[in-house]
Amino acid sequence: MSTVIDPPPDAAPPVEKHFEELETVTIRFAGDSGDGMQLTGTQFTNTSAVLGNDISTLPDFPAEIRAPAGSLPGVSGFQLNFSSQDIRTPGDQPNVLVAMNPAALKVNLFDLEEGGTIIVNTDEFNKENLKKAAYAVSPLEDETLKGYRVHRLPITTLNLRALQEAQVKLTRKEMDRCKNFFALGVLYWLYDRPMEPTLQWIEAKFKKLPEVARANVIALRTGYNFADTTEVFTTHYSVKKAAIAPGKYRKITGNEATAIGFVAASQLSGRPLFYGSYPITPASDILHELARHKNFGVKTFQAEDEIAAVCAAIGASFTGHIGLTGTSGPGVALKQEAIGLAVMTELPLVIVNVQRGGPSTGLPTKTEQADLFQAVWGRNGECPAVVLAPSTPADCFHMAVEAVRLAFRHMTPVFYLSDGYLANGAEPWAIPAMEDLPIIEVKFTEDPEGFLPYARDERLSRPFAIPGTPGLEHRVGGIEKEHLTGNVNYDPENHEFMVRLRQEKIDRVADDIPDLEVFGESSGKVLVLGWGSTYGSITSAVERLQREGRSVSSAHLRYLNPFPKNLGDVLKNFERVIIPEMNLGQLATMIRAKFLIDAVTFSKVKGRPFQIREIVEKVEEYL
Amino acid sequence: MSTKDNETNGNGNYNEGNAAKTIAADAENIGGNVSGSGSSQTYPGSVVAGEVAPPPAQLKKADFVSGQEVRWCPGCGDYSILNNVQKVMPELGIPREKIVFVSGIGCSSRFPYYMNTYGFHSIHGRAPAVATGIKAANPELSVWVVTGDGDALSIGGNHFMHAIRRNLDMNVILFNNRIYGLTKGQYSPTSELGKRTKSTPMGVIDYPLNPLSVAIASEATFVARSLDLDVKHLGATVQAAARHKGVSFIEVYQNCNIFNDGAFEYFTERSERTDRMIYLEHGQPMIFGKERNRGIRMNGAQPEVVQIGENGITVDDLLVHDIHLKDPSVAFMLARMEYPDFPQPVGIFRAVERDTYEDMMEAQITAAVEKQGAGNLEKLINSGETWVVQ
Repeated sequence: MSTVIDPPPDAAPPVEKHFEELETVTIRFAGDSGDGMQLTGTQFTNTSAVLGNDISTLPDFPAEIRAPAGSLPGVSGFQLNFSSQDIRTPGDQPNVLVAMNPAALKVNLFDLEEGGTIIVNTDEFNKENLKKAAYAVSPLEDETLKGYRVHRLPITTLNLRALQEAQVKLTRKEMDRCKNFFALGVLYWLYDRPMEPTLQWIEAKFKKLPEVARANVIALRTGYNFADTTEVFTTHYSVKKAAIAPGKYRKITGNEATAIGFVAASQLSGRPLFYGSYPITPASDILHELARHKNFGVKTFQAEDEIAAVCAAIGASFTGHIGLTGTSGPGVALKQEAIGLAVMTELPLVIVNVQRGGPSTGLPTKTEQADLFQAVWGRNGECPAVVLAPSTPADCFHMAVEAVRLAFRHMTPVFYLSDGYLANGAEPWAIPAMEDLPIIEVKFTEDPEGFLPYARDERLSRPFAIPGTPGLEHRVGGIEKEHLTGNVNYDPENHEFMVRLRQEKIDRVADDIPDLEVFGESSGKVLVLGWGSTYGSITSAVERLQREGRSVSSAHLRYLNPFPKNLGDVLKNFERVIIPEMNLGQLATMIRAKFLIDAVTFSKVKGRPFQIREIVEKVEEYL
Repeated sequence: MSTKDNETNGNGNYNEGNAAKTIAADAENIGGNVSGSGSSQTYPGSVVAGEVAPPPAQLKKADFVSGQEVRWCPGCGDYSILNNVQKVMPELGIPREKIVFVSGIGCSSRFPYYMNTYGFHSIHGRAPAVATGIKAANPELSVWVVTGDGDALSIGGNHFMHAIRRNLDMNVILFNNRIYGLTKGQYSPTSELGKRTKSTPMGVIDYPLNPLSVAIASEATFVARSLDLDVKHLGATVQAAARHKGVSFIEVYQNCNIFNDGAFEYFTERSERTDRMIYLEHGQPMIFGKERNRGIRMNGAQPEVVQIGENGITVDDLLVHDIHLKDPSVAFMLARMEYPDFPQPVGIFRAVERDTYEDMMEAQITAAVEKQGAGNLEKLINSGETWVVQ
């Protein structure tokens, strides 16, 4: 299909433009961390979602807040996958790279697909910037970009000229900051997106700065019109609506879904939420989000350190609040002694770990799943706790509610293992109907008759008697408890009994969680078993192989301690179990130990999520 | 009953995985076995089930005594503090169920077990953080932190400082015995320079902290010092602390008769006490001495000890104690006075009013509800960037 565009009044002869239809496109926007690439990517994403595409996104930003402009560590990226099909990841390899400067090109070029498209801002390829990016010769002038489709646009100049012509009353620097909207305009034309959602956003965002709003609108429209008329682009593309189930959707990141999920848990349980936290990447956004919801009675406490954060949450739990603490791996290391106290005092507590690359400070802004052992076994003594892991950004909402439900019902600390990839990645979330959300029942003991703080119900949960209840005054603490009374007790028989009882209590949580579901046939050659954020890549890879008729299924664990009761049965129906993990094989070790099967570990510890094709290739080795 | 008869011993039926089920079915019966009522290791119950306390006006000291056997060394200064706190409790007019004692680790931190109130024996150094969560979550509770010099100033130094600066309305009692007792005699952050202990056979080489200085520097709104020996003074100080709105900090000189016996005798010794100590009283000139003829006055920016009647010095020249001074400098200066250069001061050093953390937290919630309306979950999940797929 081709179409002829009317020429602008003062333009050169019209250029014939072709339309081409694509199923899925992956674009990476890359620039200096001050270039507004996250914003550009987010705008493109929102517009694509409104248009009816399925979407998945992942930002990639530097650990430094403002690394020197133009430098390699200062490059900030945002990857977007949009499709007319059902997608689950931000895409293996970008088809398109938008590089706003030489450093952005250098850092991202090796990810781009062979023969992929590059849009560069040629204005920034000056001597100084090339030097900062360690290019001896400009990559625009040598063989570096051979084999790629390169569109060279002087974006800074074109943007500035348009704004000056419109007599925008801003400084040169302020005008230059609009250039990301010029680039966005170009891409909107290229992928046939409407400008309206972004125009509306600009009006709302810069309500109090009308001149800034005007400048950004001009930049966006000029970029769009430029792409429409220039000879640089001869083809533009359409990506049709995806067949998404009807309903209301919301674009959501894992951290947003986590925060909102805990607010929901508070509403659904009728118990106020207390969040004790200490700022740490990539978990801080949960604190920021929760601090905005004080009208839900949410209490956020920015503690002096990680230990105080968890201890205050335990104190809040003791009074009957939802005691919640959130951090990343290094923070959990500091909290573990206190989590042991919550195990001993058998109080409900939820610990969010947004995992990042480790050990030690590691890779603060990059993703990893290497804290599974830490959650399951990382405390002194026999110290069992429930461990959950959401599988997608939207699933973070549901697992947050589930974490609170289990914590109260079983009087236990619950670990919630998110990671940097889930935290910052975004996807459409089918907003649940209120009536579909579970009710979380919380019962406090009030009757003093025969009260014993360490008596047990059928789940082996102890009664929850909160301060303020007359006649139930009692003491809890970290010293071994005497069965029933909860008194200090050093008796050897009692200790062994209590150690086993605490373990049995956690084991019995398995009665209260759903069975593991298998994606595909329930038996066959290969089962790909995953947990946490690898869900998208694993499921997409397995789906691809299934379409080719291969005997492969997948299953995804959202409950890691205890495991779902049917896990053993699921595993034994396959000849091989392959476990892709962003660690050196932690789940695989647990599976091997518990089920005595020769599970294959597929590790990736690069601070980046698995690509679909990496999993496809690995599985193919065993088919 | 011998251990071998015990159904739930380690080699018994628990290994078959049934014991826990049995517990749930017949908790009392199994409990009797497990607690091993004949075992010398068992501690008598602290739980007094089914006993609702009388209304606050009728509470007596006995209502605050838990059933747990007190296990401090005979002669320990802790007994006197416990006794005083139990005595003061009924006078506060607070229902028993609304009182929570929180502690860390150390001899003093066993305290909550002996109080028949709600109690939380937490982990080393963290009591102020646990207490912060309790008080912030439920401001109606009367929250007490019991800690020691090691617990509060060494491993828990950070929490101590921050809990105090937040000014939650809670009471912190620090038992200062200048030694580590529970770990059997190592030096503490308040031990004197040069002190020989198990871990410092050639003497301590780190300078001690002054707990009052730390509290004042951390912006404490109520700061006091008392001593285990002076029952009357201790009781009055605890009462004053309880009535203060905001954080109250009391340092109590407490004798460890096992590892640091007589640590404070150089000024508390009964026959010399009035010469070597000064009892600070609000609104009163700073006078001390057997003959009540010695005092403290300012000499430039420095305090000095003077003799009333000598060189024309009268009572009017003396510093008048004012606990309500906004500026903490004078309180800090008094906290630095030490025997033998000065009389060792006890009493209330500072008591000022300031909004509490929990009140401000509640006020923000109220303001947020007024501005945004009470939280509506349906609205919340439907906010953000949404779209409808037909």
